[in-house]
Amino acid sequence: MFLIHCPYCGEDREEEEFHAAGEAHIARPVDPDACSDEEWGNYLYFRRNPRGLHRELWNHTAGCGKYFNIARDTATYVIHGSYRLDETFDVPTESTATGERS
Amino acid sequence: MLVDRVALVRMSPFSQKRSRPRRFSGVGLVKQALRHQEGWQRMWRSPKPADHYDIIVVGAGGHGLATAYYLASVHGAKRVAVLEKGWLGGGNTGRNTTIVRSNYLWDEAAQLYEHAMKLWEGLSQELNYNVMFSQRGVMNLGHTLQDMRDIQRRVNANRLNGIDGEVLNARQCKQIVPIMDTSGSTRYPVLGASWQPRAGVARHDAVAWGYARAADALGVDIIQQCEVMDILVEDGCAVGVETRQHGVIRADRIGCVAAGNSGVLADMAGLELPIESHPLQAFVSEPIKPILDTVVMSNAVHGYMSQSDKGDLVIGAGIDGYVGYGQRGSYPVIEHTMQAIIELFPCVSRVHMNRQWGGIVDTTPDACPIISKTPVENLFFNCGWGTGGFKATPGSGHVFADLLADGEANEIAAPFALDRFHSGALIDEHGAAGVAH
Repeated sequence: MFLIHCPYCGEDREEEEFHAAGEAHIARPVDPDACSDEEWGNYLYFRRNPRGLHRELWNHTAGCGKYFNIARDTATYVIHGSYRLDETFDVPTESTATGERS
Repeated sequence: MLVDRVALVRMSPFSQKRSRPRRFSGVGLVKQALRHQEGWQRMWRSPKPADHYDIIVVGAGGHGLATAYYLASVHGAKRVAVLEKGWLGGGNTGRNTTIVRSNYLWDEAAQLYEHAMKLWEGLSQELNYNVMFSQRGVMNLGHTLQDMRDIQRRVNANRLNGIDGEVLNARQCKQIVPIMDTSGSTRYPVLGASWQPRAGVARHDAVAWGYARAADALGVDIIQQCEVMDILVEDGCAVGVETRQHGVIRADRIGCVAAGNSGVLADMAGLELPIESHPLQAFVSEPIKPILDTVVMSNAVHGYMSQSDKGDLVIGAGIDGYVGYGQRGSYPVIEHTMQAIIELFPCVSRVHMNRQWGGIVDTTPDACPIISKTPVENLFFNCGWGTGGFKATPGSGHVFADLLADGEANEIAAPFALDRFHSGALIDEHGAAGVAH
């Protein structure tokens, strides 16, 4: 059971209040009509799915209803921290050995 | 004294001498019993890997071992190795709920899973190994009017594809499974079900062991505790793998069949896949007397249950919503699953659960597998089976062996190419997949 910190509510709450919404920081192409099939398919379907550090989007569905980001390790399940969509978050350097996109 | 020593030499687990494995038979069983069970052979060798193979299969689960077996038996491939980072059959092959069925909606998926079903029906004979395939029927429950409409559509589609299927009403469900609560007083009442009589269960470990033994007998090297650390790519062409224990092993073609870890392997070759890995859990109870002689699945309340030959209730759950590689599941899922099971089968409410575990399933956006070549030449992937790979084991191995031998997918595997995620030709099987994701 994760205890997840909602950066909007400012509280640590149980995992069941939240809904995982997949990989974070995937920008929608500015002009979808100009995308090739490959670019559009990559945007829709292809994911990094790392074994290690993963930045992911969660929704506080049973709370404030807002989306926010979590930096979490998918192998150890350590949550490094949560941050709002308009914030950045640096994961402590010793834990970035795996997974982070360069 | 002398006799003892001879017996010890014969029993030595370190002997790797190759001899033709004896066929298992009733007569053989009696003979071994008369010899105090001392004459049994090892089921497969543990060879040192060669420097080079024609084909390397990464992952010795059911699908990987089946691939190697059909490469050797159907295509006559001589120099094939299966590399496994742990022990064979120790991943999802040993962690699933052993359900086998082929009642998928779309033509492409129906053909693939029915291909597997036909192989299941002769598998114990073909492998000379009892995989305990039991066609006890599988029931997929409907709890809403829309469920029932979907069930009717799917059963009709199945029958058009030559796959057996029937639509049952609640009374008929109750006749087949008397312990199920079909009273209508539950929160999600059972309105009916789809029923595939030829579906059932098989002994999951035996499938891995049977394929391993049969492949080994045909000369396939199964190398356990050999973890692939890197896939060597030269000029856009895969030429071998670097392993943690045995250094570089080169190969003409490489097939990755690593389920939840497919994304990790793809990353080694500089590829991304349309896959997310999630934990999926299951439980078994203490053994109890026979109460359920079929398999009951419910997508809507999300639980499925069968009873093993030992008497354990085998219960499957849903996936965790987040990406994870920890082979354990989260607590809320256990609770939800138990709620569903107890609502459907009130009589099991006081049965203790013996064990709980998780496996890492590789889910795709359309709930269908990827059996495909990749942008890297000579590198092939068979993955994305998500929550329902076990049922496809023989068919998956059969068509993937075809792909690895010929370099081109056959007509059953062709629709499952990786490029469907760019062309848009997805095969949406979320409705027929047993577990929602």
